[in-house]
Parts: sequence; C-alpha cells; structure tokens
Amino acid sequence: MDVIALSAEEWTAIRLSLRVSIVATLASLPFGIALALLLARGRFWGRSVLNGIVHLPLILPPVVTGYILLILFGRRGAIGSFLAEQLGIVLSFRWTGAALACAVMGFPLMVRSIRLSIEAIDAKLEEAAGTLGASPLFVFLTVTLPLMLPGVIAGMILAFAKAMGEFGATITFVSNIPGETQTLSAAIYTFTQVPGGDAGALRLTLVAIAISMLALLASEALARVIGKRIEGE
Amino acid sequence: MLTVEARHRQGNFALDASFTAEGGVTAIFGRSGSGKSTLLRIIGGLLRPDSGRVALEDRLLLDTGARVSIPVHRRRFGHVFQEPRLFPHLSVRQNLNYGRWFAGLSADRSEFDRVVDLLGLGSLVDRRPGRLSGGEKQRVAIGRALLSSPRMLLMDEPLSALDDQRKAEILPFLERLRDDLKMPILYVSHSVPEVGRLADRVVMLREGRVDAIGTPSEILGIASVETGREAGSVISGRVLRRDPETGLFGIATRAGEVLLASEGLAIGKMVRLRIPAREVLLATQRPEGISALNVLEGHIAGIVPIRSGTMDIRVLCGGDIVHAQITEASVKRLSLAEGTHVFAVIKTVALDQA
Repeated sequence: MDVIALSAEEWTAIRLSLRVSIVATLASLPFGIALALLLARGRFWGRSVLNGIVHLPLILPPVVTGYILLILFGRRGAIGSFLAEQLGIVLSFRWTGAALACAVMGFPLMVRSIRLSIEAIDAKLEEAAGTLGASPLFVFLTVTLPLMLPGVIAGMILAFAKAMGEFGATITFVSNIPGETQTLSAAIYTFTQVPGGDAGALRLTLVAIAISMLALLASEALARVIGKRIEGE
Repeated sequence: MLTVEARHRQGNFALDASFTAEGGVTAIFGRSGSGKSTLLRIIGGLLRPDSGRVALEDRLLLDTGARVSIPVHRRRFGHVFQEPRLFPHLSVRQNLNYGRWFAGLSADRSEFDRVVDLLGLGSLVDRRPGRLSGGEKQRVAIGRALLSSPRMLLMDEPLSALDDQRKAEILPFLERLRDDLKMPILYVSHSVPEVGRLADRVVMLREGRVDAIGTPSEILGIASVETGREAGSVISGRVLRRDPETGLFGIATRAGEVLLASEGLAIGKMVRLRIPAREVLLATQRPEGISALNVLEGHIAGIVPIRSGTMDIRVLCGGDIVHAQITEASVKRLSLAEGTHVFAVIKTVALDQA
C-alpha cells in the first residue's frame, strides 16, 4: 500500500501544480482573446513583430524565458521592483511567479488556437448582425464570441496542459521550493535526484498522465457539445 | 421616399448614380459589374462612398458633405443577401428574433406569427439552420429581415444562388411581401424574369451610371437590346374569365384580352404576363386562319436595330408596350415605320406568367 499511497509532500506538489495551471490559464485568457483578436483582425504597423514576440516563448529555450522573467520580474528587476514597491506584489520565489512563468509559456499556444478560430469566422455573418440592428459590441458578444468558443476552449486546454508540464522556465524563475514553487514536474525531477526516489517519481508520473488524459477527454467532450450547437442539430 | 446620390471609385470602376424610390418594389437592374450591389451597400451603410447623400423620408442617413453617416445598425433597413447568412449557433426561432431584440421591440407573438405564417416557416422554427435546404434558409433570412421591423427591405440578388425550382418556391413569397405587407423593397437583380415579375419601377444601371428609369415593360424592352434571347415585354392584367371548354383564362390587359394557359388562377386576380420578343409576329392586316389565339392591335412606337439583320420593334397596344424581334428584311418588306398600324400575333403557349 505504501508504494501506491501518495505522501503529504506529493499531494502538496499536485495541488500546487493544479492551482498554478488553473490560475495561469484563467489569468492569461482575457489577454489571449484580446491579442488573438488584434492579430486576426487588426491592420496596424508592427503586427508581425507583435506576432513574433507572442510566439517567442515557443521557440526560446525555457531556461532563457525563465531567466528573462527573473531579470524583469525579480525583486530588483524593472517590473518586479515596481510591483513590489507600489502594489506589494512579489512574484519571485512565490507560487504566483510559477503561475506567471506557466502563463507565459502557454500563451503562444492559447493565442494561436483562438486566432485560428477567429479567422475561420465568416465576416459576412457579423455584417448581417449589424444590418439587423446590433452595435459592434453586441455583434461581438452575440456572434463573434460564440463562434470562436471552440478555439477558446481548445486554447485553454492547451495552455493548461503546457502549464502542467512546465519545468524549465519555472525552476529558473522561482526555483524549486517544496510547498511554494515545487510543481509536479519539479517534484518528479527532485525524486530522480535522490537515492530511493524511484517509487515517488513513478507515482507522480502516473498522476501526471491521469491529469493530462482527463484534461484531454474533457476538452474533446466540450468541443463535441459546442460543435453540435454550431453545426446545427 | 428614398433619395440616393452616390459617387464612389474602386480601382478602375467608377460609380456615379442618383435615383429616388417610392413605395412598392424598385428594381436596380443591370448586368454583373454594373455597380448594383455596390450601390445597395452604400444605401445600407455597409460601404462608405467617396461622396454621396442618402435620405429615407425626412431622415438623413448619409451626407458626406455635412459629415453625416448613420452606422449600419441604426439605419433600420432589412437586408437580404445572396447567401442566407443565418447564424449557425442559433435556432431558426432565435435567428428570426435576433433583429426584433435589437430593434427594442417586445417579443410580440402576433408579429412573429404573422411573418412565420406569411413565409411558411411554421415547421422550421425549432430547427437549426444547418439542417435546412437552400430555399428554406433564404425564406428564414427574409423573415429575419422583416422581423427587425425595417422601413425598407434591401435585397441583393436574393434568388441568384438558388436553382430554378427553389426560385419558383420563393417568388410567390416575395409577391406577398409586395402585395400583402406593402413593404417598400429595393431589389437588385440581373434577371429579366425576376424583375419583370416583381418590380413596379426599374432603375437600370450601366457601368456605374443610371441609364434609364421606368416601368418594367419600358426598361426590360431596352434591356432586350442587350440581353438578346431573354428579351421580352411584361404586361399586367386582371383575370376576367375561364373558358369552360378550352380551360384557358382570359386576361384583360390594356392591350386587349389575352388568353393564357395556366392552372388555378382566381378570377379577379392581377397577373403579369411575359411575352418573349422572339415569339411575337407582326402583321399589317388582321390575320385570318392562324393557330395563334392572341392578336393585339396597335401602332409602332419605335424601331431599334439589335444586331446585324435583327430589329426590335416596340408596338404600343392600348397603353402597353409589346416588343417584337423581327428581321430587318421583314421590316423592309412590310415597310414598317414609326406609326404604322400593326397587329402583334402571340401564340398562347409562348406566354409565361411572369
């Protein structure tokens, strides 16, 4: 039984990972939708540069991204010192910092998925909504938003999965403090570094697989329900 | 009354058109590329012209000189496009009610039921747009536009994406909008039969300019010069009687009584007849011993060459114009000229109910 039962520390790492991933996904969602709209519909100078910056975490080594976060958001960093002094928000070596690192790493996946679904929307439908008396805001709320929903859901699942697996940027930015910043991946890594840690690593690996599978199944089910609504019954 | 003036340049194409439209159905007619749809989009507020002015009744909708441009969602036109553009994530009922909600109208059941009844949508309201046929979708789109309580309907080739059978299915509904609801309609089309059947007035566009404005029979006659095979005249009349022996209907037109083979026409009903110009014979004396049943008496009002060897003859028969396409050789042989007294001979089987 001892082999299967999770220890208190392991539970802490799982709970922390879930909290970090959920917060990272939800907090980045409004920005993800806004940026996806800007990239899909906006016509402005520097659009491709912005697109490049959004995608940067996808191609940079995670350690580099984590180090950049450390420079910017660390206690002495340009943004970090401002946040600490003016707002009392400290990110470095806190679970909120882990959430920021995960959000940044998952952001390109989220924006890309939402952007594709916006580009697939027939602009003629939005035009028709306008002719029926809907102001631009209501066209967005009643036509654009419902039609891009599948992409939003897919983007959230991708960002959540990325956050669950995030390791490099998180450990570089907020280190590996049990109970504060030690996520599932970091805990598995730690187990592999100590003698006799194999059983713990294996248990957490199984948990990680289970969570990822559940997220995937949930997204499939949601996509089916929404897809049915849109395709028409 | 709708007043429109618009100048707009798009690449090589220049639009410079002005016209007015009263109640009833005003068709904007012309071949593709003549600027019909562009003009309609300017009126509806979907396209801002380089300069122009649009007013409906006493309400100014656009005046580039005075920097007035009411946005599309506050112009209160009902648009029907070539494609139905139904919202796929909403049911047919929700689609129909979409505009009502934004018009700030209570979900008045009686108005909803009236439109559903008029367009025969009763069995469709609880379905999803994805499961409807093309013709059904377009009927829902028309109902949706009507239920936003527009002051005028703008229809941009609403039938052109449908096959003939579906067109025939929808045309009677459009006639009902015109006759029962008295809804003012601006109808963009390049189809002679559609315009002939629906329009009270025709604005003909050619290369971005208004070429002519008049009744369908006047304008479609001019158009006949361009479109060749489809050319014809449209005359209207009242169903007078049904011959019990032959089963033919007698239609009283201004040109005289015309016999029509049809089914289920109610006595007293107004109908429009389309007379293909190629099916009309001209005679200088009342012909005897012929199979054709309709002989209309009149005077030649105009002769226009169409292409080499063929002429378009306009015959004024008691106030209606009947077009005939005959050869130049026949014109010479019969010494036809403006004012010549002629008989237009039309086979009953060549008549279409427009």
